[in-house]
Amino acid sequence: MNASAKIQLKLYATLRKFLPDDCDELDIEPGSSVSDILKQLGIPDNEAKLIFIDGKKGAIDTILKGGERLGVFPPVGGG
Amino acid sequence: MIQEIKKYAKPKSFPDSDTYKGISVEHVIRLSEQFEVPGKEIEIAALEAEIVPERYARNMKSYTLDDQVVLLKSTVSVVGLGGLGGGVTEILARSGVGTLLLMDGDSFEDHNLNRQFLSRQSLLLTSKAEAALQRVREINSSIAVRHFGTFLTKDNGADMIEGSDVAVDCLDSLHTRTILEKLTKSLNIPMVSAAVAGGSGHVTTIFPEDPGLKLIYGEQVDPSLKGAEASLGCLPQAVTLLSSLECSEVLKILLKKGNLARNKLIVVDLLDNTFDVLQLA
Repeated sequence: MNASAKIQLKLYATLRKFLPDDCDELDIEPGSSVSDILKQLGIPDNEAKLIFIDGKKGAIDTILKGGERLGVFPPVGGG
Repeated sequence: MIQEIKKYAKPKSFPDSDTYKGISVEHVIRLSEQFEVPGKEIEIAALEAEIVPERYARNMKSYTLDDQVVLLKSTVSVVGLGGLGGGVTEILARSGVGTLLLMDGDSFEDHNLNRQFLSRQSLLLTSKAEAALQRVREINSSIAVRHFGTFLTKDNGADMIEGSDVAVDCLDSLHTRTILEKLTKSLNIPMVSAAVAGGSGHVTTIFPEDPGLKLIYGEQVDPSLKGAEASLGCLPQAVTLLSSLECSEVLKILLKKGNLARNKLIVVDLLDNTFDVLQLA
């Protein structure tokens, strides 16, 4: 659990402002949940409506081990 | 009628030199007046006799004659006539979808001009539904249009979209999208849904038996919830691209061709040029 791991993070629309500079190689603690990572970045849970892990829908409590691509969308409804 | 159509048919050639018989827009209009039928009826009869209405000639290397007939016999409702709806109306009318049901209770405002192709300075404060009707008549007088200058609600919606082969969600609020989805499911109509914020957005196709919007927005959508577009606005290059993607899905549904984004979300972000097809279920 102590070894560090990296994920690739992509934040869409209003969440883009939370994107860290090292988003392509973001260090995480293996075993962190999506929620843990969002908390570290200061993103409120209720703004992270749609979570994708490696191109598939994930959840706020999905556990990451490193190497994943994480994408997060806020609710979007414009037209 | 077919004898008259054949009389007007002229030998034509595609840019690659393949030849075909074509009938001009002018002659379709003339025959439609002569026989007192909608232009699309003349066009369907022509296509069935392997005569291409010239207005669709550049579709015909991608579609068969039968495909074009299917489109002319199809009905699509466009719900919301803003940025998405204006683009969708334009593309479906030019594609020759035979009946368009167009609905929006809104009027144009100054802040629509950045992206809504139906809006014009001279149409400010006038009805979007009326503008859509006029636009379609100018583009393609062969097709039928019914327009509704009212907002979709759970009470009036079924009357407007009933009989559609596909409904296109071009709305701008999260809550109304869920109302449209309920209606399409109860009427057994496939729905294509897009949403935009700033330079990003997403599109999905929902058949009545699919889980649908809850995979995107969750089980319950608070009627007061505002999407990210409230703070990011909508950029014309994004909203127009998303309206094209919606039409691509609609045309594939009508023609039963290609892969649909069912249980998938096509996600576009123009700021960093990403285009992903994500698995929702």
